[in-house]
Amino acid sequence: MLRSRIIPCLLLHQGGLVKTRQFKEPKYVGDPLNAVKIFNEKEVDELMFVDIDATAENRNPSMPLLRSLAVESRMPLCYGGGVTSAEQATKIVATGFEKVSVSSAALARPTLIKEMSEAIGSQSVVVTVDVKANRLFSGYTIYTHNGQNKHKQPLLEFCQQAVSLGAGEIVINSIDHDGQMQGYDLKLARQVRDVIDIPMTMLGGAGTVDHLQALIDTVGTVGAAAGSMFVFKGQYRAVLINYARPMRLQAQHNS
Amino acid sequence: MIAIVDYGSGNVAAIADIFKRLKLPHVITRDHAELQAADRYILPGVGAFDTTMHTLKDSGLVGLLNDEVHGQGKKIMGVCVGMQILGDSSDEGVLPGLGWIPGHIRRIDPASIDNSPKLPHMGWNSVRIKGAMPLFDSVDPERGFYFLHSYYFDAKDTESICATVEYGKELPCAVASGNVFGFQFHPEKSHSNGVAVFRNFSQI
Repeated sequence: MLRSRIIPCLLLHQGGLVKTRQFKEPKYVGDPLNAVKIFNEKEVDELMFVDIDATAENRNPSMPLLRSLAVESRMPLCYGGGVTSAEQATKIVATGFEKVSVSSAALARPTLIKEMSEAIGSQSVVVTVDVKANRLFSGYTIYTHNGQNKHKQPLLEFCQQAVSLGAGEIVINSIDHDGQMQGYDLKLARQVRDVIDIPMTMLGGAGTVDHLQALIDTVGTVGAAAGSMFVFKGQYRAVLINYARPMRLQAQHNS
Repeated sequence: MIAIVDYGSGNVAAIADIFKRLKLPHVITRDHAELQAADRYILPGVGAFDTTMHTLKDSGLVGLLNDEVHGQGKKIMGVCVGMQILGDSSDEGVLPGLGWIPGHIRRIDPASIDNSPKLPHMGWNSVRIKGAMPLFDSVDPERGFYFLHSYYFDAKDTESICATVEYGKELPCAVASGNVFGFQFHPEKSHSNGVAVFRNFSQI
């Protein structure tokens, strides 16, 4: 049976790895290559890297860094940050990343999703959407540029548009839940799951394996991504790269 | 010596890294003399079927590989789209494949999958191994492999199917015919099971 994917999501910032809270207070948590080596040993399901500087600084992905990460990595990789063209996506796949994520560039120009799926195949095109709960309208608002810029298009409408243009996966990143380690926004997960039929990954809020399991119980086979949970230990957030799956998934992995 | 065929498609670096860690002699190359000197080949590949076939043809290596694999009987292992192009044709394109293992590449029927997600088939899935296949020695079928695809190898001869994966229905995910082997999943990204497949390939 196809299993849910438990995915550490690592943020690249000024050459190192950081972890944020609600997209703020980036805390240094280590060296990216060292993290890849540890996650290799832990046999993780997938690894996602997001360069949080690239779009904000309006620059291209750092290909030498991506190359060094890909060569070290023995697990499937996804990269996001500053990707604005199908040519870049092709280069990133050639470097050894299975999937390439786009966010603000795809919101600004959705046909990029189609161009990328023609170049590298739908299965490798990931569309990541950062969202905040909108208390006034009890819905969700899309943000870009690390939570700085509000985007007008409604979330569910954009998700459906992304699917129709050839996205292979949608990553929903909750800004409110980022770094809080109190669990995923399950209502958000259910809303998106109901309108798309491609793989979905949730990010933001996971703090324990119970949170991962709660997401799986709510939406079925899913990507459960987390940052804090896999880089911190204990209530004082001591840096410790670690990995854990919910019991049932771990049993299948150990079979 | 294992040659990873560097014709311009696929994750050659990740595959080479596994051979390096296994301390097995290997080379990433498109050089004719180096390819002729090798006794085994890995054929990687990602992207669309026609694009991959085009790239392979443009590399000028099809004739050489044909001679070595069919003339000399050297072993070759195709991975992902590198596996699909071992077949005759594909739903995804119009170009003929290499035709080394009879079969057609079909799109997985989304209607066969009850729940979301449907396509692509993405993630870790267990496999069912058919018969005695030395390439699967020390592979744990329940743990399985990492998959990332929407098309599968519909093999013409059921004897050429060495493993299947359950997704909507039972789909072939490993095929073999004589000295030609193909895997739909990504052994280079499948941890210990994947490493076992590459180690076995170097020993058969």
